[in-house]
Amino acid sequence: MTTPSTPDQIQVPSYATDPFATSYPETLPFWEAAAQGRFLLKTCNHCKKAHWYPRIVCPLCSSTEVDWKQASGRATLYSFSVMEKADPPFALAYVELEEGPIITSNIVGTDFKTLRIGQALSVDFKQTPEGRFVPIFKPA
Amino acid sequence: MMTRKAKAYIAGAYEHPTRYAPDKSVTQLHAECALGALKDAGLSLQDVDGFFCAGDAPGGGPISLVEYLNLKLTWMDGTELGGCSYMIHVRHAAQAIAEGKCKVALITLAGKPKSMGMATGTAPRSLGPDRPETPWDLPYRSTIAGVYGMLAQRHMHEFGTTSAQLAAIKVAASTHAQYNENALLRKVVSIEDVVNSPIISSPLHRLDCCVITDGGGALIVTSPEIAKTLKRPLVKIIGTGETINTSNGGYIRPTETGAIETGKQAFSEAGLTINDVKYASIYDNFTIMVLMQLEDLGFCKKGQGGAFVAEGNLISGKGKLPWNTDGGGLCNNHPSNRGGMTKMIEAVRQLRGEAHPAVQVKNCDIALACGPGLVLGVGHAHSTIILERE
Repeated sequence: MTTPSTPDQIQVPSYATDPFATSYPETLPFWEAAAQGRFLLKTCNHCKKAHWYPRIVCPLCSSTEVDWKQASGRATLYSFSVMEKADPPFALAYVELEEGPIITSNIVGTDFKTLRIGQALSVDFKQTPEGRFVPIFKPA
Repeated sequence: MMTRKAKAYIAGAYEHPTRYAPDKSVTQLHAECALGALKDAGLSLQDVDGFFCAGDAPGGGPISLVEYLNLKLTWMDGTELGGCSYMIHVRHAAQAIAEGKCKVALITLAGKPKSMGMATGTAPRSLGPDRPETPWDLPYRSTIAGVYGMLAQRHMHEFGTTSAQLAAIKVAASTHAQYNENALLRKVVSIEDVVNSPIISSPLHRLDCCVITDGGGALIVTSPEIAKTLKRPLVKIIGTGETINTSNGGYIRPTETGAIETGKQAFSEAGLTINDVKYASIYDNFTIMVLMQLEDLGFCKKGQGGAFVAEGNLISGKGKLPWNTDGGGLCNNHPSNRGGMTKMIEAVRQLRGEAHPAVQVKNCDIALACGPGLVLGVGHAHSTIILERE
C-alpha cells in the first residue's frame, strides 16, 4: 500500500474526495481506518456478530447497537474465480473472515494456480482509483 | 387430477424473432412485442387495462411506454427485479386481476445489448454510488461471470461437481436449439466442445455462458372470463412465488438460490409436487445456475445436480425433465440480458402443444418456469411460476 500522509503535510485524506466513501458519511470511520491499514467491522453489541457490508442496523438480529470493531485480518478462502479473460488475469474471491462474514475481495501476491478453498489468508489494502483504500487478501 | 381454480390465465405470448436489431429502437421493440402478444391472444391495445414493465423499459418505468402505446389503464407496475421481473409481473398481474383491478394485463420486455456494443459479459457493470453495496464490491471488478465462477467453484468443492457435468446442461440446450430457426446458436455441441472452450472465469468455460442478443417478448395475462372467450388454448396460472435472496449480512450460502423459497411458495399454492411437472423452463444465464435451481426446487437432492444432468435428464424425449426446449439463454435468446420472459414463453408453448414437434413434450399439462434476477451472491431476486393446461 502507499504511505499515508505524513504529519508535517496538510493534506485532505484520499478518501475524502472519493464519491463511493462520501456518499455514505456513516462509513467514513471505515475508510479513515483503512487508510491507516486497519480493518474495521461493524459488530453488534446485542448478538455479538460482525456483519458485512457495514450498516446502521444489525442485519442478523435487527439491533441498532452496532459499533466499529477492529478485525483480526485473518481469513480463509471460501471460493474464487480467476478472470482469465482479463489482461492481466485477476482473482475474484469470497473470503471468510475469522469474525464470520464472507466478503467479496481479490487475492493478490500468489500464483493463481496454487489457490485452494480453505487456505489461510491475511488482509492487506489497495487504493482504488477514486482514492479510498479497500481490503484485499494474500496468502497468510 | 382435480380441477384447480386459477385467478388468471396467460392468453398471449410472443417472442420477437430478432436477435440483432440495430435498425430499431428499444421502444419499437417493446411495441412490436406488445402487438405480437395481443395478436396471439386475439386482443388489441384498446383491451389493455393493466401494464407491467421493468428496468429495460425506456424511461425506467411504465410511463413512457404507456404514453407511446396510448394505453388507458387502471393498474400499472414497474417492479424492477432484473431478469425474473417478468415472472414476478405474471404473479402481480394474476393478483391484480383476481382483485378486479384490471382485466387484460400486458407485460413487455425488450433490449438490444448486442447492437449497442455489449460484446461480452465480462466487463464490470458500471454502477453508481447510490447502490449501497457498490463501494464494497466495485473495487474488486466483481463481474457477473466472476460471481458465477465463484459459485461453481464452491459447488465443485462441496459436492464434487465437475465441468463435464455442467457441460451436459449446454449439450441439452444445444440439442433443443437445433430445431429453433430463430435461435442464435443452432449447432449441437458435445461435452468435449464445452470443456475445451476457453475459460472465461474459472471454472466456467465460454460455452457455460449464455448468449447476448437483441430482442424481446411479451405476455398477456387475463381473467378466467375473458380467457374463455378467446380462441387460444387455456393456460392457467396455478402457483407463483417470489423472493429476494439476500447476502444475509455476510453469512451467505453461495450454493443456494432463491428457488428454495419460491419453489416452496409456488408448489404449495398449486397443491402439486415436482413429480407433476412435465416441462421446466429454468433460467440459464450460466450452466451452474441451472444445476443449483434443479437442486433447490427438489428435482434432485442438494449436491446431486451434476449426476442428474449428466444422465441426460434435461433432454426432451429422453430425460425425466424436459427443459428449455427453445434452446434457452445458452443457445436461443437472452434479450436485454434478462431471461425471465423467454422462459415463460416456452412454457406456454409447451402447454399449448406449440413447441417444435421434435421437442414437444407429450401430454404436457403442467409446466414450471423459474429464474433469478440481478446478481447472485450480493442478493438476487427469484421467482417460480407453475402453469396448467386446462
